[in-house]
Amino acid sequence: MKVFDNYHLPTTVVQALELLAQYEGRARVVAGGTDLLVDTQAEYYEGRRPHFDALIDVTGIAGAGEIRARDEYIEIGCGVTHTQIVASPLIQKHAAALAEACSVVGGPQVRNVATLCGNVAHALPAADGTVALMILDAEAAVARQSRSGTDSPDWVPLAALFQGPGKSAVDSTRELITALRFRALGAREASAFSRVMRPQGVALPILGMATRVRLSALDIHARIEDVAISAGPVAPVPYRASAVEEFLRGKTADQPVLQEAAELLVANAHPRTSAHRATKEYRFELLPMLLQQTLRAALERAAQSA
Amino acid sequence: MSILNFTVNGNPVSVEIEPNEYLAYVLRYKLGLTGTKIACDEAECGACTVLVNGTSVDSCIYPALKAQGAEVMTIEGLARPDGLHPLQAQFIQQGAVQCGFCTPGVLMQSKNLLDQNPDPDDHDIKVALKDTFCRCGCYVSMMNAIKNAAQELREPETEHLFNIPNLPQVKAPLNVIGKPITRPDAVAKVTGAARYTDDYNFPDMLHGATLRAKFPHARILSIDTSKAKALDGVRAVLTHKDVPGSKHHGLIYNDWPVLCYDKVRYMGDAVAIVAADTREIAQRALELIEVEYEELPVVDNPVDALKPETIIVNDGTGHGNLLKHIHVEKGDIEKGFAKAEVIIENEYRSPFYEHAFMEPECAIGQALDNGRIEVIVGSQIPYEDRRQIAAALDLPESKVRVRGALIGGGFGGKEDIAAQIHVALLARAIGRPVKMLYSRHESLVFHPKRHATVIRLRTGAKKDGTLVASHATIYGDSGAYASLGDKVMTRAATHAAGPYHVPNVLIDCYAMYTNNPPAGAFRGFGVTQSAFAVESNMDELAHKLGLDPFELRRKNGLAVGDTTSTGQLVRESAGLLECIRLVEQVVKAQPEIENQTSKIRAWGLACAFKNTGLGGGSPDKSAAEVEVFEDGTAEVRTSAAEIGQGLPTILAMITAEELGLPYERVRVLLSDTDLTPDGGPTTASRQTFVSGNAARYAAKGMREILAETASEQLDAAPDTLTFKDGYIRQNGHKMPFEEVVKRAREENRPTRYLHEYHAPATTPLGSEGDMHFGFSYAAQAALIELDSDTGEVHVLKVVTATDIGRALNPLALQGQVEGGIMMCLGNALTEEYIIEKGKVWTDLLAKYKMPSIKHTPEIVSFLVEDEISTGPYGAKGVGEISSIPTTPAITNAIYNACGVRIRRLPVDQDALLLAMRSGKSETK
Repeated sequence: MKVFDNYHLPTTVVQALELLAQYEGRARVVAGGTDLLVDTQAEYYEGRRPHFDALIDVTGIAGAGEIRARDEYIEIGCGVTHTQIVASPLIQKHAAALAEACSVVGGPQVRNVATLCGNVAHALPAADGTVALMILDAEAAVARQSRSGTDSPDWVPLAALFQGPGKSAVDSTRELITALRFRALGAREASAFSRVMRPQGVALPILGMATRVRLSALDIHARIEDVAISAGPVAPVPYRASAVEEFLRGKTADQPVLQEAAELLVANAHPRTSAHRATKEYRFELLPMLLQQTLRAALERAAQSA
Repeated sequence: MSILNFTVNGNPVSVEIEPNEYLAYVLRYKLGLTGTKIACDEAECGACTVLVNGTSVDSCIYPALKAQGAEVMTIEGLARPDGLHPLQAQFIQQGAVQCGFCTPGVLMQSKNLLDQNPDPDDHDIKVALKDTFCRCGCYVSMMNAIKNAAQELREPETEHLFNIPNLPQVKAPLNVIGKPITRPDAVAKVTGAARYTDDYNFPDMLHGATLRAKFPHARILSIDTSKAKALDGVRAVLTHKDVPGSKHHGLIYNDWPVLCYDKVRYMGDAVAIVAADTREIAQRALELIEVEYEELPVVDNPVDALKPETIIVNDGTGHGNLLKHIHVEKGDIEKGFAKAEVIIENEYRSPFYEHAFMEPECAIGQALDNGRIEVIVGSQIPYEDRRQIAAALDLPESKVRVRGALIGGGFGGKEDIAAQIHVALLARAIGRPVKMLYSRHESLVFHPKRHATVIRLRTGAKKDGTLVASHATIYGDSGAYASLGDKVMTRAATHAAGPYHVPNVLIDCYAMYTNNPPAGAFRGFGVTQSAFAVESNMDELAHKLGLDPFELRRKNGLAVGDTTSTGQLVRESAGLLECIRLVEQVVKAQPEIENQTSKIRAWGLACAFKNTGLGGGSPDKSAAEVEVFEDGTAEVRTSAAEIGQGLPTILAMITAEELGLPYERVRVLLSDTDLTPDGGPTTASRQTFVSGNAARYAAKGMREILAETASEQLDAAPDTLTFKDGYIRQNGHKMPFEEVVKRAREENRPTRYLHEYHAPATTPLGSEGDMHFGFSYAAQAALIELDSDTGEVHVLKVVTATDIGRALNPLALQGQVEGGIMMCLGNALTEEYIIEKGKVWTDLLAKYKMPSIKHTPEIVSFLVEDEISTGPYGAKGVGEISSIPTTPAITNAIYNACGVRIRRLPVDQDALLLAMRSGKSETK
């Protein structure tokens, strides 16, 4: 079964947007295609008949395959694959959680073509990359055509793109995410990611979690100046555990504090039972464990991040 | 149309393509590079892996235009001008090639790994090959092969002599038998030259497609094909009205409609078939066929199916939904339990399982001269295909030729008819070749599965552990059609007291029709399910009595002089106790486990036995023919399936041994009903035994003829001659084999010899005679690591000992043992075929997870060679026994780690963790 007719490989953002405009909503953006093309196949077997007049492949856009440091930010272009991110010294150093998250997505052949921007556009709340991007306060550049031509893309907070499971604010038939960016983590700062999978059924995480901390000194027992915690899936959109973050800010991460933080997380998060994947009760059991695991890892790294 | 300009294996290529084509399709069907396989078509399995600009991708969903200007490397480009790439050579040498369907993808992904990491360790390999699946499970051998190849590539100047580290010790070999000889088809399989059904194409070939049922249970009110027929490019649309002969097929019960007419009984039922110019058009035509249905209540489990008020799904046997009631009785069950001092009683559940052979079903039909029809197919039972095709087409069997292509894995799932009859009908209707290739989705929905079971098992013993009684009630979900369900559930029942001497046995087993997919043959053939129950109860019994689990099994294990639960006296070749001894020796020599973190390690033990051969009174025979040639070669022929297990290796070895020829001088021709005699079904771990014996006697017959010729030349009595290394010798005189063949022809002697081998007769269940002519035995211990934070279970090590009678080829045996363990590890931990009210949830490989290389434990394997007098050189079956004990060994280890008994498969880490946290003693 064929889900598209034409395939275009524009080399500029302007070209890509023009192509989308020409097809008047009947074409859509594709990057690696590993989610899109497999999902449409699954939809087909469910009796639906997804069809696009064309796919507009944005991975060939000049510069799209680059990971670059710009000012205090790291920018990831819309053609950057998971493999590139895992291998990037820049990301390993300044956003370890993202490298860790991207390293467990699919297998190597999929990571070699699947892009992080495409993963974000897919808008799954538990996508590993998304869980990591959430603690980095990442932003996405969304390009669209306006009456006056192509505007320069706006930087939109990542969380604003998510409207529900698989529902993105980015209309991929008219707009495209050209890049993602986040502040590079600096001294006394670090992040970590971990997740739990099940061996049967779909390859979606039962629970993933990422944390970021900044310490007041290069000492694991120093005060936590800043902290970010994200988990998925515990809500229809990516989740930041703000109550836990607030609780931890200014404290020292000793065992009673971590314990209390875990209790607070369990009290505030609302994971659900998903058929053939996990029960709510099981996810509740995992929340404190993943929090402790990722916080410890992030703290240890931060204490060594001169 | 677009033009794709790129470089393939170093050659510039310009090809006209549709802009929506995927790279794998362009490579296979436009460029004829059929070494790249499509197994899942959803970027799950890695079979289609090729390198694009040096990076590995799943080419099945890689838009071809993305490769514009790129350098693409496929399996056909891996070999070097001067010979095989070290990876290819090592895969052959280490036995990492079985069915071969995954091999090109695995090799390309391995090449990608070595390009980036010249010295990978096991962990690196597991990361790199995580999503490149091999259902034959040769992962241990692959890791060894990749490491060796890496070393060769790092040190090209050095001569390397690699051993095969995982090869088990065996008896001293004969000239050929007993040696770790590599497969005759291995080079073709590592270079991409090997041809499976979909790799055949013919001029004017059409593409077929099948309209499947819309509901799991419904009455068909009408079928209107007029719109589909009117679609441009459609050449034929057929329904049940176009089936000239038998409206049903079936291996034992003729109850499976060729095309449904009155009802549909499961989602995989075929309602209409189409042939069109392209696959796309055929698919579109399916959507234009209008079928009116009246939905009926869905019967979705075997226990409900047996209730009198339940609607009848299939009255194939005249007993409503009851396909078969199997009754096993020995001694007096009540008296037995009266003697019991301890009784263990539990209920166990196992789901449907999917074979997930890497090659989806495919068949090609074409008309031959003289009104004959040919079907090319990778089938486990070619002669049965011929019978069923002929019956449906109302042709004499002489008018049908079934030609076997290579088979990309079977495991029991390619015994029933798939597209064989449909392509024959279409080809006959149109007069052009028609190919039907199932998508993975269609394969998952359509073909028979492993039975889902509910087993209630009550085991009684004395305080010293002596078993006194065993009572089982088994419900088997046989799905919509009989397939081999009756036989499978019979095996589940007759093996439900385990490989133990139990004086009093009562087993009632109900194989039921439901609206689920038919359940049929699947490696283990019912014993996989009952062994889980038996070995779990045995383990619980040992704990309750405070006995060592090894000791309990040794005390009760079947040995010569004991009787099985069907009353069969064990006369010879029962190596179970030796298997237990070998495994125990290794396990008890391991350092004491000290669990100090949240990761808890523990061992678990299980034993099993499994019949070789059909048994139960079924005539069990195979015919083989050996022909010798003037160039000093021989060919052995039979219609028996090579599904990865290595049958051609065994047949060639036996023929070479008997004729005194070097192994390389024997060719094997399999599965062509015009050219090869009937070897019977490739099932029941029987081919080495039956076709092995047939080949052996055929080769002996041939040798006797040649000996007569040679004896005149050498002036010696025929029985004083020796056949060795291509010469016939006597007292220092010798004649080359080819010379003797030449002379024999001049003397007008026959140069081919056919032998039809009949296995020892067996008796039906209930007759207390020999229900089977032999059994294989095994003991396995699994070391697991349970993460008490998550409930995740990892198998770290498996120690296994398998009694296979005689090791004909330790390399092939190692492949069977390791592959069996991997498959049953999946049965325990990763696999579950889920159906909800008759609708298949696991309808993509993305939802059905077979074990990958990352699950591969260390495997320590022993072979026990307790010879069986009737087997070829003493050999009996291995294909199934190796896969049976792994599941209970793992679940028993889980109990030993955390005190929770697994009563339902597969192990659910979610339920396990919750049970651990809440102090429950089992997961139901």
